Amino acid sequence: MVATRRLNFERIPQAAVLAATFFIASLLSVPVGPSSVHLILNGLMGIILGWSAVPAILIALIMQAVFFGYGGLLVLGVNTLNIALPALICSALFAPILHRSSGRQLFYLGALCGAVGVLLTGTLVSLSLGLSGSAYLPAAKIVLATYAPLMLAEAAVTGFTLAFIIKVAPELIRVQE
Amino acid sequence: MQLTVAEENARSDWLEQFDPRMRLMTALLFALTTVALQQISLLILILFAALLVAWVTGISRSVLLKRLLAMEGFMLVLLIMLPFSIPGESLFTLGALSASIEGIQRAIQIVLKANAIVIMLMTMIGTLEPVVLGHALAQLKLPEKLIHLFLFTVRYISVLFDEYQRLRMAMRARAFIASSNRHTWRSFGWLIGMLLVRSLERSQRILAAMKCRGFNGKLYLITTNCWQMRDTLVLLTLSLLCLFALLLDQTL
Repeated sequence: MVATRRLNFERIPQAAVLAATFFIASLLSVPVGPSSVHLILNGLMGIILGWSAVPAILIALIMQAVFFGYGGLLVLGVNTLNIALPALICSALFAPILHRSSGRQLFYLGALCGAVGVLLTGTLVSLSLGLSGSAYLPAAKIVLATYAPLMLAEAAVTGFTLAFIIKVAPELIRVQE
Repeated sequence: MQLTVAEENARSDWLEQFDPRMRLMTALLFALTTVALQQISLLILILFAALLVAWVTGISRSVLLKRLLAMEGFMLVLLIMLPFSIPGESLFTLGALSASIEGIQRAIQIVLKANAIVIMLMTMIGTLEPVVLGHALAQLKLPEKLIHLFLFTVRYISVLFDEYQRLRMAMRARAFIASSNRHTWRSFGWLIGMLLVRSLERSQRILAAMKCRGFNGKLYLITTNCWQMRDTLVLLTLSLLCLFALLLDQTL
């Protein structure tokens, strides 16, 4: 709610178009080893959208729940928190350092940002599973393990994306200020 | 890219005569009730009710099945683990692990609940046009800015999806095949980066164009929805049914 109020009307088209881009990017299936994963990109979203990442994620999740049947209507709140909170943390942690770095360092920072985003989301998902009953604990551990390949892919792709953006359109990162 | 499950000649005309707000509330009420239920016999009944509604509204069966299967894949881990992790009378043993009857019951409950809810959701809301859904949410007094964001996002997903497909086509023309290596990840990184850069430019053009037309932060939603007697009737009937199911669940 705080995040929604922070959304200036001048920023609505921008946030919406970027949210749509992230929605499409999450349809991309990236091969990792023998399997393939769909990216969450919450680290990247946090850095580019800042606070607007929260409503953007909420809307993407609503659309997934309603039009694709993934997730669910009742866990919408939990899911939004699980994905949006890491996005905000990433933006707070990495956005200030990113401006001051360049070249190869930038890629590694971006990769770290992507990895942290996914890791935090994985932890939060497991936590919310574990907290809803001790019976779900073993499943929660397995869920956390399945996030490992995702983390790898996410780190690599986020790193390359950020390096690319800084080179081509650095203003995209500075959008939130 | 098509978001809705609705087909041109589907029988959902029948559903069309109801107010979208009613459909939203129905789905929500149904989901809440289903989650609260405990008895497996009642849950089976609920699942059949959802299937009946889906059949009456004539939603495409293959689409529904595909989406249900996708969800089942997500839940598989949880379902396999549950019988072994809930303590109780053991039904069969697998090495050092024993599957408890309680655990299996819980797993069956979850499958029934999830399927019923998703079927209902797909028929009631999944068949709505995204824009109509946005308007209905606005009429239900959700934050205005959130609705604006929703409507804009819906509008631009199809535009950007075309952009994405154009870029993928260009990649294919250069014999790009996705596999698990550095090259792929870098290409995808650049693909996403390019999409973001182009969409930022697009959003600046959109904002400029909207300002030209006097956009002051408010979209005036013109909706033709009107709440009718039959909407109230359906909602009331469903509320009573839900209440009845909950009471039955308690007494059984």
